[in-house]
Amino acid sequence: MIRFENVSVTYDGVPEPAVHDVDFEVPEGELVLLVGPSGVGKSTILGAVSGLVPHFTGGTLHGRVTVAGRDTRTHKPRELADVVGTVGQDPLSHFVTDTVEDELAYGMESLGLAPDVMRRRVEETLDLLGLADLRHRPISTLSGGQQQRVAIGSVLTPHPRVLVLDEPTSALDPVAAEEVLAVLQRLVHDLGTTVLMAEHRLERVIQYADQVALLPGPGERPWLGTPAEVMAVSPVYPPVVDLGRLADWSPLPLTVRDARRKAAPLRTRLAHHEPPQQHDPTPPPPTRRLFKRTKPDHAMTTAPVAEVRSLAVRRDRVQALRDVDLTVTPGETIALMGRNGAGKSTLLSALVGLVAPASGSVRTGDAIPHRTRPRDLVRRVGLVPQEPRDLLYADTVAAECAAADRDAEAPPGTCRALLTELLPSVADDTHPRDLSEGQRLTLALAVVLTARPPLLLLDEPTRGLDYAAKARLVKILRGLASEGHAIVMATHDVELAAELAHRVVLLAEGEVIADGPSAEVVVASPSFAPQVAKILAPQHWLTVSQVREALR
Amino acid sequence: MGEGGRSGTLTAPESAPTPAQPQRPRTQLHPGAWWLWALALGTAATRTTNPLLLALLVTTSAYVVATRRPHAPWSRSYGAFVKLALAVLLIRLAFAVVLGSPIPGTHTVLTLPEVPLPDWAQGIRLGGRVTAEALAFALYDALRLATLLICVGAANALANPSRLLKSLPGALYELGVAVVVALTFAPHLIADAQRLRAARRLRGRPDKGVRGLLHVGLPVLEGALERSVALAAAMDARGYGRTAEVPPAVRRTTAALTLGGLLGVCAGTYGLLTAEGGTYGVPVLLAGLAAALAGLRLGGRRTLRTRYRPDPWDARAWLVTASGVAVAALLTLAASRDPAALHPGVVPLVAPTLPLWPAAAVLIGLLPAFVTPAPASTRKEPTT
Repeated sequence: MIRFENVSVTYDGVPEPAVHDVDFEVPEGELVLLVGPSGVGKSTILGAVSGLVPHFTGGTLHGRVTVAGRDTRTHKPRELADVVGTVGQDPLSHFVTDTVEDELAYGMESLGLAPDVMRRRVEETLDLLGLADLRHRPISTLSGGQQQRVAIGSVLTPHPRVLVLDEPTSALDPVAAEEVLAVLQRLVHDLGTTVLMAEHRLERVIQYADQVALLPGPGERPWLGTPAEVMAVSPVYPPVVDLGRLADWSPLPLTVRDARRKAAPLRTRLAHHEPPQQHDPTPPPPTRRLFKRTKPDHAMTTAPVAEVRSLAVRRDRVQALRDVDLTVTPGETIALMGRNGAGKSTLLSALVGLVAPASGSVRTGDAIPHRTRPRDLVRRVGLVPQEPRDLLYADTVAAECAAADRDAEAPPGTCRALLTELLPSVADDTHPRDLSEGQRLTLALAVVLTARPPLLLLDEPTRGLDYAAKARLVKILRGLASEGHAIVMATHDVELAAELAHRVVLLAEGEVIADGPSAEVVVASPSFAPQVAKILAPQHWLTVSQVREALR
Repeated sequence: MGEGGRSGTLTAPESAPTPAQPQRPRTQLHPGAWWLWALALGTAATRTTNPLLLALLVTTSAYVVATRRPHAPWSRSYGAFVKLALAVLLIRLAFAVVLGSPIPGTHTVLTLPEVPLPDWAQGIRLGGRVTAEALAFALYDALRLATLLICVGAANALANPSRLLKSLPGALYELGVAVVVALTFAPHLIADAQRLRAARRLRGRPDKGVRGLLHVGLPVLEGALERSVALAAAMDARGYGRTAEVPPAVRRTTAALTLGGLLGVCAGTYGLLTAEGGTYGVPVLLAGLAAALAGLRLGGRRTLRTRYRPDPWDARAWLVTASGVAVAALLTLAASRDPAALHPGVVPLVAPTLPLWPAAAVLIGLLPAFVTPAPASTRKEPTT
């Protein structure tokens, strides 16, 4: 269905080809997953399928890409629109119209399908993706998962034979991600659609793949094989594979279910080991507090760096938070979890004073955030936003660091020293835009840390990071926590929460529904439990590194 | 092309749920009907200066907006139009107070100190006597303009602008898309600017004031540019701009018709406006228009676009349009039959009275509130 024949792509002004000598074939009706570290050219390969590379992006393509028999050299993207459907990373930049139904019809209108055919397919697609209740809704009022489903639906209606998806679940919470993946699986099974998909969060998608194309490094040839074969050698792998490699399971399990079947011996070996408690700087709460609101009843040994009392926030006539209590003590790492739109980002914004409370109170240290001058607040609390690029204005890394020193009134060189510590390889004259996703996050982190805030907030820090970048981030954050920084992060990434957090706070519809030690909270919830916890339940192991420690 | 032939390759499996009808079929009124209704009310407003009638017109349109406005982002523009109308009212009154007015009056309300002006500014007065007559005249006059503005605002709030643009002929479709994309970009720009100002606060810089706004300008534009490039890629990949093969003869005819038609329209208009062109003006204009329309229609052949569920122009659309036109026609009639009631005297100052049958005519404009479907209530889904 999709054939790459000795394809290399070189972008203008770049000496090295982005991908080199790509040669593989995706058979009809298969779901093929494209995996590899950041920057190996996954997006380039996906773009070459829809013809956007090189017709839209520029650059030179050697070799030949054929999709359903059509050569992309002679067919422009618009002439491939009836066989290839493409959904990019950000669904919002994909929408042309403003309501769900019109968006589903847009592609068919461009292809000139007859009105009765369009009508029938819109209805079918609405049902297939579970969007029937949302058909008249303006797209801007939908949640992230719903938007992603609309984006997929909008390319499905022309009945493409190939679907190309670039990180379809990276912005979604675990439940919404499963919804989207279930839809994809249904397309492959019921309609015989061929799917080529790139995704960093392998733990979510690997079990759906028929084949995996691995791009091991920049400029290296991709390698196509069954998921188990590829995962045995891949530099990127989900925790279930990591655990399988550790326990020498063969064939390598890819799903929690397969792993559980093989895990009985491992569980017995681990039975007389105690899972290490994430070191909690405060004495653990005396009673089980799951599904109860936090009460500040236990005696504080240290002054909290942040205190939230029955906080309510309204945003755009929506009650974003109601009656939230949260106490953050120094050295503590808290993961805020919950659906898209549960109020995680709003709570972080309230902690840095970006939104004013409708009722209740917020204090960070000795300050009331929304009444404090920004200049003074940066020394108490720092937030790395979802899009770290928002924080960066300057043309070069050096200028950015100098500006950060001035903003924080820190001695010159503070920020650069921090950055060198966190990210030794980055040069002074690089433009922040040219950094990779992970490097940009680290730069933003260094900028925020220049003012040495005792409380550090992170909003979705692992979005778009590969496993290596994520491991580096975990190391950095662990170091900061052991220095006494309190960290609060909003995240959909259950594995990150399991690695780092002492405490997990679950939010739903703006209310705290659970607050307790990570092991307790995440294990109790099927959607928020990390893979290792699911495999080794009822034992309370959360991460592969814990197991590795115990077996040593 | 197409005609269902394309549906062959992949069809939904038999097991897929049959296309279920939603709770209620879409029963949106044609957006053109709303615009005609609102513009007709605006026309009616220009026929009178009676503040009571104008207030009745505003109330009528406001009632329809209140009951029939959909819960969508574009419908929030009504408030902005009402504010604009108020601003027009206040500015007009302020001018009447400060600059005076040629209306002679006897009822002095207050006397401002008059600023002596040099000879060359003769005819302009600053300050001086402010009479009740002048104020009333300015108020009536401004109220008329404000009513017109509010009527336009009502059309904006009731009809989705992008659906109106969808009703454009095929040849103008690409132009329509450009406008729609531009319309959806403005809210994105505002959201970007807000986000970046918030980010300035995170850097410890003041987020208020003009400087804060200036500093985020460049990143906002950068973001908008990136977004438009991404959108262009998405649209291209979804088949935007696919064209059908058209024989060269048709292409040439299209070009000739469109160009000739536009030239004809220009010449005809010129003829109408000049004194000596009275004879050939109208026929040339009409011929030009016809040629241009034929060109547009022929040009539509090049686009193979079809339209999904176009809003039908149904009986309700006729009713809504007719109710607006009736108001306009009856007020025009009233203005010629009974000018005194529709233009209450300012000199001498008399209290305006509500003429009975023109007032009843204005109430016809309420008809859409009863014949059109109520908007579906939507609540905002939580978003991150």
